[in-house]
Amino acid sequence: MKPAPFEYFAPTDIEEALDLLAQYGDEAKILAGGQSLMPLMNMRLARPRVVIDVNRLSDLAYVSPGADGALAIGALTRQRAIERSSLIHEHHPLLAATMPFIGHFQIRNRGTIGGSIVHADPAAELPALSLALQAEFVLRSATQQRVINVTDFFLTYLTTAIEPVEMLTEIRLPPWMEQWRWGFQEVCRRDGDFALVGAVAVLQMDAQAVCQTALLTLFGVGGTPVRLHRAEEMLAGRQVDDRMLNEVAKVVAEVLEPDSDIHASAEYRKEVGGVVARRALQAALGQVRGRGER
Amino acid sequence: MTTKRTIQLTVNGSVYKRMVEVRMTLADFLREELNLTGTHLGCEHGICGACTILLNGDAVRSCLMLAVQADGASLMTVEGLAPGETLHPLQQAFHETHALQCGFCTPGFLMTAYAFVKETPNPTEDQVREAISGNICRCTGYVPIVQAILQASRGG
Repeated sequence: MKPAPFEYFAPTDIEEALDLLAQYGDEAKILAGGQSLMPLMNMRLARPRVVIDVNRLSDLAYVSPGADGALAIGALTRQRAIERSSLIHEHHPLLAATMPFIGHFQIRNRGTIGGSIVHADPAAELPALSLALQAEFVLRSATQQRVINVTDFFLTYLTTAIEPVEMLTEIRLPPWMEQWRWGFQEVCRRDGDFALVGAVAVLQMDAQAVCQTALLTLFGVGGTPVRLHRAEEMLAGRQVDDRMLNEVAKVVAEVLEPDSDIHASAEYRKEVGGVVARRALQAALGQVRGRGER
Repeated sequence: MTTKRTIQLTVNGSVYKRMVEVRMTLADFLREELNLTGTHLGCEHGICGACTILLNGDAVRSCLMLAVQADGASLMTVEGLAPGETLHPLQQAFHETHALQCGFCTPGFLMTAYAFVKETPNPTEDQVREAISGNICRCTGYVPIVQAILQASRGG
């Protein structure tokens, strides 16, 4: 249970890191928090020839508010820092409330938001949240920088649109509207486990308790987190009652196409997908002014 | 290929300077190079918590770090808990409530509890249970561990 030999670099500035990536490309893996990569390396499921340790790039750890309420989070920001950020608690309650679901606090002390997103485990919370929050990602290489929308980023299990010579440097979140309501539900066997199935609901309601827009994201239901557009369309412009929620749950269960694995069968994920979707929506409806309980 | 690097770090107040293979995990470094075998290897992939130590005050999985990443850091392991011959209050409480049997998970639990109680000095039972959810014990059934942490945090 020891990593195979590798060449190790610990760049102290981002240009150095990007030059190393340009040089070594797909022979290299970036080591950030290490909470996903190190288990793979210890078990020799990953044997990168080169490891680029980016933990010295302290310039990439930040939480910066934009002028209009948007948020820029540096990729190297520790999950624990996000969990404790008063700025995020104040202005992005959904993100703040879901951080404690990620593993255990020891994991979050090292794990980074960027690392979790690029690792792209479909049962992880941060990739799903980034989809639910309509994030954009800044990807940099030695020669260029591009901004990619989350909808184009997650391709399949552990696979994203990032190029081998690129590094995720920033996660951009659009402003969170105070009147939005949210719900988060996750099913797992033990506290801190990866989700078997999870749902994130964001609702924009008007004064007459009619749903203007709905965003419904499911995770643990296939190779990537997914938005349930059909369910969202059912809810848009409608008064949402229990009957409607049950209909939505049925549609979610129908539409999902998860795989079976050792943790849960496809049938389980489909059925429970519907259940967590309904519960997340119910939690969102039960909120007042975007502040709710876990 | 640069396979070895020199690192300097502080562990339990003492400064160490060593040359290490870059692929050596921090857990192995503590055990093999520094002879601090109180930190245990259970799963070596971040699940069991037996390897938990403090890095610059934060509880982390030492099996998921490379020794070279701890260059310049200040670490605390279970050997650093007891001030001299007296047991640390957490250790004393674990002893009194029978929160250990084989003792294999115990260093990890102690370091986790130490970090947790520092941040949350008056925890509820639910908070304790959540805090220790990242540590696995095969022997005790956890109840006496929860009791020990509550007892220690109450100054008992």
